[in-house]
Amino acid sequence: MKAKKNILIVGVGGQGTLLASVLLGNLALLKGFDVKLSEVHGMSQRGGSVVTHVKIDEEGVNSPLIEKGDADVIIAFEKLEAYRWLPYLKEGGIMYVNTQEIVPMPVILGQAKYPENIDEVLKANAGSIKAFDAHAIAEECGSVKAVNVVLLGAASNSMPFTEEEWMKVIEENVKPKFIELNKKAFSFGKEV
Amino acid sequence: MLGNEAFARGAYEAGVKVVSSYPGTPSTEVTETMAKYKEVHTEWAPNEKCGVEVAIGASVGGVRSLSTMKHVGLNVAADPFFTAAYTGVTGGAVILVADDNGCHSSQNEQDSRYYGKSAGVPVLEPADAAECKEFMKKAYELSEKYDTIVLMRSNTRVSHSRGIVELGEREERKVIPYVKDIQKHVAMPAMARKLHVAQEARMKKIEEDSSAMDFNRVEMKDTKVGIITSGICYQYVKEALPEASVLKMGIINPLPKNLIADFASKVENLYVIEEGDPFFEEQIRAMGITLAGGKELFTIQGEYSANMIREAFGLPVPASVTVEDAPGRPPLLCAGCPHRGLFHVLNKLKKTVMGDIGCYTLSALPPTSSIDSCLCMGASITMAHGFEMATGNCTDVVAVLGDSTFFHSGITGLVNMYYNGSKGTVIILDNRITGMTGHQQNPASGKNAMGEEAPAIDIRTLCQAIGIKNVVEVDPLDIKAVEKAVKEETAREELSVIITKRPCVMIVKQTDPPYEISEDCRNCKQCMKIGCPAIEYRDGKPFIITDSCIGCGLCSQVCSFDVIKACRKEAK
Repeated sequence: MKAKKNILIVGVGGQGTLLASVLLGNLALLKGFDVKLSEVHGMSQRGGSVVTHVKIDEEGVNSPLIEKGDADVIIAFEKLEAYRWLPYLKEGGIMYVNTQEIVPMPVILGQAKYPENIDEVLKANAGSIKAFDAHAIAEECGSVKAVNVVLLGAASNSMPFTEEEWMKVIEENVKPKFIELNKKAFSFGKEV
Repeated sequence: MLGNEAFARGAYEAGVKVVSSYPGTPSTEVTETMAKYKEVHTEWAPNEKCGVEVAIGASVGGVRSLSTMKHVGLNVAADPFFTAAYTGVTGGAVILVADDNGCHSSQNEQDSRYYGKSAGVPVLEPADAAECKEFMKKAYELSEKYDTIVLMRSNTRVSHSRGIVELGEREERKVIPYVKDIQKHVAMPAMARKLHVAQEARMKKIEEDSSAMDFNRVEMKDTKVGIITSGICYQYVKEALPEASVLKMGIINPLPKNLIADFASKVENLYVIEEGDPFFEEQIRAMGITLAGGKELFTIQGEYSANMIREAFGLPVPASVTVEDAPGRPPLLCAGCPHRGLFHVLNKLKKTVMGDIGCYTLSALPPTSSIDSCLCMGASITMAHGFEMATGNCTDVVAVLGDSTFFHSGITGLVNMYYNGSKGTVIILDNRITGMTGHQQNPASGKNAMGEEAPAIDIRTLCQAIGIKNVVEVDPLDIKAVEKAVKEETAREELSVIITKRPCVMIVKQTDPPYEISEDCRNCKQCMKIGCPAIEYRDGKPFIITDSCIGCGLCSQVCSFDVIKACRKEAK
């Protein structure tokens, strides 16, 4: 597999998108690839729509940003966010979608509608799509907080890294008492 | 490594001894990272002006120093910044400013490069994390060689992008002995006039030398198109126009004019690509150089991208799908946020609320919709005072600001209110931390930046010391108590301060059980009006998401039918 991947990680502030991107970034570093990440800090972290860009390239990365039509992989932690960021997917790109719905405030207040046709739109436009309830799987593993690693496990199937490398980076970047939980979450995600 | 961590690493390796800053996105992590290096004294100052002055004092004291801030913070620190540009340094001093092109977390997108030009200070601008570290190290050499403070300019994309950074060793430096020198350190008129002459000469010298400095890089390729750029735009240019010749500037004030003229003479069509204002463009045009394109091709607003450059040059952009607009997902106060109780009451009582800078600004949005203004740090108090002086109305308008903002620049406004006869009401949200920027300690926290015990300044005593008689404390999650306090204090024809006391929900470990709505719910939707992200509308009724609820109980207080109760199951 060619080591050049643009991975967009999208979700809702507080879901752990940042840790997911750091794991990916460190993995790329471990392999000696050039890697750049771009993150969101500050105000938008509070329950807002968040996005992290991860660009990996053996031959060097310039811009840290992934642009429209430029993502090989989108990992969406929430369904509406998958829909919002769909235009960033490359033609034929792959989407991993947590089917959990987190209703944004304008929808709660009745000012907007949560789109009903998200599944169809994603299916019609993504090169391929793997949609599943990562939230439920994380819960089964022992904590809903592991949803990020469940999704990474699933997405690892389209990445140029071995399972051993993933496990190593989990061990190096997760607090000791959560390592087993995260390893389990990763394996469950990979099997989806 | 994050760009901001790399800046800190560079300062650490350069042997920096003293760091003093006020947090501000996107600059915060620089000082946070510095606080982890044991060899460095790192502190959170109450505001950026204090931070810069501490750094200048440390420089006079003979060590290398640093102060970091966001763009609007440099406005606060502009006073010491402009005069320190005259007095120069003993130990090297760097002021780091991070702009926020695109207003990710700010009230404006001002272009800080002008500060360097206006004050007469050299400005460096790195383009990725590796350069953040290298430039920071070299900034101290520049500072000491030319006897000047240096402005390190970053922005959101550089500060908050990660890249590979090679680590070096820290260079321990001897403290330069202090020598009294009033000609250098006392900027009174007779000295200042001379210092200004010296400063101008120093900037001329830096300008002459700048073309040869290794901050800059020329990449000659196809000479049909030449691009002059810097910082993050360089990355977009390399991606969009890989065949073009590029002059990437690293020192951006004073401009490396010889290098620019030389580059211009070697390319057929010269373009300037820079985010923000036409800072380079105007100066380059003033040199008599003809540009094929600048701001007529690009906006002064927001962030650039490789696609934006491709489009401006008539190049194809990657194909992408279009979807109908997705409903927005604005950020929200957290579930259990103590601010929510207060803003629910202010909305209910229909007060005009002069707001300030912090998480609580989010209360301007529905459903709490209770903030009327947001201008700059501390402006809630002074604007409320001006409003009262204009209208004579002291009962319907209140000022609301957080504890950190109060220490930053609310105290002077409160002194002004008391001194100038206000009868208004100021509400200080004391949550013991600087929340929005990611939980940095402040003078009310009881801890310092390095995590050590520190005195916690009591806001009530402070207000009373000014002479204010009516100072009341209240738990913001006790709606009845908050309503009573707001009604009483706003009705009173005397200056009052209400302090809402409860720690930020993100810093205390929650032990209360979550709440649930019973089947007797009458669907009146009162609980939806507090705007809690843990309550959503599911199957035609309000529903509490157990995973998100932290058991603050605010929803049960607003429920008229008493159907929201704490779950009986064990606390989380």
